[in-house]
Amino acid sequence: MTVRFLLNEHACELTEFDPGTTLLDYLRYSCRRTGTKEGCAEGDCGACTVLVGAPSNGQIQWRAVNSCIQFLPMLHGKAVRTVESLSADGRLNRVQACMAANGASQCGFCTPGIVMSLQGKAIGALGCDLPVADMLSGNLCRCTGYGPIIEAGEQVQTRVLDEAPLAARLSTIGEGGTKGEWRGQAWFAPRTSHELAILLADHPQAVMVAGATDVGVWVTKGLRDLGEVIFLGDVADLSEIDEGPSNLRLGGAVRYAEAHGPMARLHPDLGELVRRIGGLQVRSAATVGGNIANGSPIGDGPPGLIALGAQLTLRSLSGRRTIPLDSFFLDYGKQDRRAGEFVESISIPRPQPEDVIHIAKLSRRFDSDISAVCGAIKLTLDQGLIVDARVAFGGMAATPRRARGCEAALIGAPFSEATLAFAAEALRADFAPLSDVRGSARYRLDAAAMLLRRLWLREQGAGISVLQVEAVDG
Amino acid sequence: MLHLAFGQASETSARIVSMDLSAVRAAEGVVAVFTAADIPGENNTGPVRHDETMLADGEVVFPGQPLFLVAATSQRSARKAARLGKVVYEKRPAAVSIAEARKAGSRIEETQRMARGDCAAALAAAPQRISGEFAMGGQDHFYLEGHICVATPGEDGQLHLLCSTQHPSEVQHLVANLLNLSSADVTVEVRRLGGGFGGKETQATGFAAAAALVAAKTGRPAKFRVDRDDDMILTGKRHEFEVAYQVGFDAAGQILALSLHLASRCGASQDLSPAINDRAMFHVDNCYFLPDVEIVSERLKTNTVSATAFRGFGGPQGMLAIERIIDHVAIALGKEPLEVRVANLYGPGRDVTPYGMMVSDNIAPALIARLRSDTNYDARVRAIEVSNAASPVIKRGIALTPVKFGISFTTTHLNQAGALVHLYADGSIQLNHGGTEMGQGLYVKVAQIVADVFAVPLTQVRVTATRTDKVPNTSATAASSGADLNGMAAHNAAMTIRERLAAFLARLYGCRQGDVAFSLEGVTAGEERMTFAEAARKAHIGRISLSATGFYATPGIQYDRAAHRGRPFYYFAYGAAVSEVAIDTLTGEHRVLAVDILHDVGRSLNPLIDKGQIEGGFLQGQGWLTTEDLVFDHEGRLLTHSPATYKIPTASDRAKHFVVNLWDGENIEPTINRSKAVGEPPFMLAISVFSALNRAIAAAAPDGREMAQLDAPATPERVMAAIAQFASP
Repeated sequence: MTVRFLLNEHACELTEFDPGTTLLDYLRYSCRRTGTKEGCAEGDCGACTVLVGAPSNGQIQWRAVNSCIQFLPMLHGKAVRTVESLSADGRLNRVQACMAANGASQCGFCTPGIVMSLQGKAIGALGCDLPVADMLSGNLCRCTGYGPIIEAGEQVQTRVLDEAPLAARLSTIGEGGTKGEWRGQAWFAPRTSHELAILLADHPQAVMVAGATDVGVWVTKGLRDLGEVIFLGDVADLSEIDEGPSNLRLGGAVRYAEAHGPMARLHPDLGELVRRIGGLQVRSAATVGGNIANGSPIGDGPPGLIALGAQLTLRSLSGRRTIPLDSFFLDYGKQDRRAGEFVESISIPRPQPEDVIHIAKLSRRFDSDISAVCGAIKLTLDQGLIVDARVAFGGMAATPRRARGCEAALIGAPFSEATLAFAAEALRADFAPLSDVRGSARYRLDAAAMLLRRLWLREQGAGISVLQVEAVDG
Repeated sequence: MLHLAFGQASETSARIVSMDLSAVRAAEGVVAVFTAADIPGENNTGPVRHDETMLADGEVVFPGQPLFLVAATSQRSARKAARLGKVVYEKRPAAVSIAEARKAGSRIEETQRMARGDCAAALAAAPQRISGEFAMGGQDHFYLEGHICVATPGEDGQLHLLCSTQHPSEVQHLVANLLNLSSADVTVEVRRLGGGFGGKETQATGFAAAAALVAAKTGRPAKFRVDRDDDMILTGKRHEFEVAYQVGFDAAGQILALSLHLASRCGASQDLSPAINDRAMFHVDNCYFLPDVEIVSERLKTNTVSATAFRGFGGPQGMLAIERIIDHVAIALGKEPLEVRVANLYGPGRDVTPYGMMVSDNIAPALIARLRSDTNYDARVRAIEVSNAASPVIKRGIALTPVKFGISFTTTHLNQAGALVHLYADGSIQLNHGGTEMGQGLYVKVAQIVADVFAVPLTQVRVTATRTDKVPNTSATAASSGADLNGMAAHNAAMTIRERLAAFLARLYGCRQGDVAFSLEGVTAGEERMTFAEAARKAHIGRISLSATGFYATPGIQYDRAAHRGRPFYYFAYGAAVSEVAIDTLTGEHRVLAVDILHDVGRSLNPLIDKGQIEGGFLQGQGWLTTEDLVFDHEGRLLTHSPATYKIPTASDRAKHFVVNLWDGENIEPTINRSKAVGEPPFMLAISVFSALNRAIAAAAPDGREMAQLDAPATPERVMAAIAQFASP
């Protein structure tokens, strides 16, 4: 009935606490470790970034996460490092020294979070191989214009230490998961999918929390109490990735940052899409399965996976069933998940050489933004004819959804500019999107249609992304 | 410690019929609940005109307005309880948009007019005339640290406030007034702010007053740390503007007459809107001579959160207007926009602003020429034309736009500052001044100035937190004036002590005062040599006062607001930027590819800090003009009230090529070290991004000669819509 973790090497053991307590509130209010800052309390600014380490193959896998939307039970058996851990004897560590030397801190409020993200690079945390600007896309700074921060980040070298002793210690304190109770409501943090299936059978109404990047905001902004809750981020056999010859299989609790490489190898557009989902801290917590299971109409994962023909495996104590991903989304807020079921895995077929694929996200800002429109098109060609078409969009309807009229206009037609223009018109009848803060209905329809044109131009070598353009030589 | 939250209005404009707060009081953790009736003094947080309540008193004038105040044992308890109020409203008519307010005749003050010559006649006589209109959105400050204040009760009803504010004196005065205390009873302390940008010039008062009220009423320390979403809903933003113009010009693109109408949404109270809108008028000329000109500025009062100060303080809106007009003239004539800019620059015989101030420090022509050549601007224009001709989807654009920004508070009496310097007998120095540190490097700059006076290392100077009990009656740290004013005041204080030291040592060692010298090696008095610490010790033993105040008031400025004429500014700061962008004509997505800046900070007090201000200001300006889209609904509710929906730039939005150089020159006015202010001017360098986007959009027109309708911010959606105008005439 306890949660045990190491905070900057100091052992923490909690027994009586609200499982909805965020790590940030715990650090600031209970531990008086106020170096970690709250900028937004919803995972969008990165001021509260800390490093969380968990045992992985006898070593530690470190992840930079937003402590504002991490719940305490999720830390069981883990090591947490905050900015206070970095400097010894009042001397700056190498990341801090790089930041200071470049003049990379002005008001200083974002600085601890940025330092921790860069410390993640220094110790080989998940995503440490990303370009610095990508790695920091979840860290907002309003003062510097980022130049000196990027320079500092480029000076930071990755050095992975042997952390076998720490891994062994953590494995011991976190073994077997944990559970607890708060005000008459039970919470659980199981370690195996079998345990999870049993728990769900007994507690079918429990809220399932994987990375907490969505549920976290229910608590910090909606001021909701979690009630009965099952944390499934550390169910080991749901965290497996299988890059098979014909399929990529992702366990339901695989995090986006872990899936990034395998998904990019499946298709570069999918990799680029994942790069633009949240900041690294969000991708280091959020799971591909959670992005599906919560049924959001604007989740960025589903459209591409639907277009590629992904299958979803749901499991409960009474067995498994596998369905096409698109059939999982029934209506707004309503998914085909039966009582006691959880997302066990997603299997994505590898595209064939004759497939033409375009996956694109349109948002006001390139990085760490929510799509106005997220579209995915997969055409299978045979001797110049489109023999199969799968077109799916997010942000266009109450669920991620296929564009059946558009698909019908494509299938059987020659792969030509005229066909794509015709299909783009058909697309307009497929959807009646809403106008909201991310875009008007008209923009959504027009831009969605343009993705078909861009696919055609790209095949002709003309439709490169504005992200690939370099300045002219003067 | 008690934690606080406001209960907020759900209506836009209404009479409050009743408030049932029983559920709030009964909620877990709640210690006290306060309403307007509990305020002992004046229920006002309005800085100039007293037209803003801390807690609504019978009427709601904007959605989200604070109605009641909850004090609880935790922030979460306070926030939860604050949602439990049952308020009955009687709805009233509301004016949310500029058009609605205009129709209702709702203004915060009279429409202002700044004019010279006979604009109508000059327009009529001009060989060519065009007209147009466009709109620009506001901007949220998005300081990373939200508003926060801790109030601690002291003895005899006194209060100490630790507050994130750019204006400690104003918080002190308004809190005292609200609690029926004297200013001497309230001390406000500011160690530093986690970003301000103007958003904490007047907007900290409501939170500070709430914390003070709770501390005074309960006798317990109270902290108000506002949640980000509530911060964005409750506090003011940059003014959104609508612009309409008619401009007459000749074949060379030289402007002969300009009639310009500015209308701004000021929100529900006056706040600083008069001065902000005045500054918009002051910057309509930017670097250009406008012979016959009429600028009309309409300030609309709306049922939305009151707009407030934001870096540039109206300057960006005025400047974007004239730069867009120049782009329009260039497109109409088919001329290179930079040629039109150069043709209109101030110069000999064309050197008086529309408000009658002589532009006597005009370095814009030389600075622009230098940047133009250093960045190969003309070659790049040609290369971009070639590239665009061969590229059907991606179109590029480039622009060079200049900045001339007036330095001084336009409310003349604010141009004053005080400082307090202590020299301790061990030679260490404590420095205090009225300016606040918010990341702009002010504390370091002023400490350098004091260290230089005594010729000691910077590490020997301790800057203490800004406090109203050390330096009283200060102005806001605003208008880019922090270093100019406080640096000079601290310099004066330090000089007073140095002169006392020199006079004492001259007496002691029988030399002339002029033979006492301070250097990094120590102090010499005639033949005597000693360390600085020894000199301080000797002076203390010799009963010399080693503490001094310093004061500074900017000379030479005056302004007649009724006539809109005078010299409101001590000097101008200049700069220019070249930005290159690319747009995707299919989706409207765009990217800033390269930025080159040449900026004038006079003789820099600290180049690293100044470059940091320039880069940061530019990117903040780029955000205003591209991704930062404030969306309000028809009821005036802000829909983009968190970073999930309100998008400031991220690291990858900074152009990969980004070069900042400082102009090699010095202020012609005797400012501290002949430096120039740097906080605000670089923000407006980002207008080059908007202008470059406009040019890239024009490249998508069939003949490249059309001026697309484009409002700011230029989101992908707006860029796509602008291009669509060409397709369907």
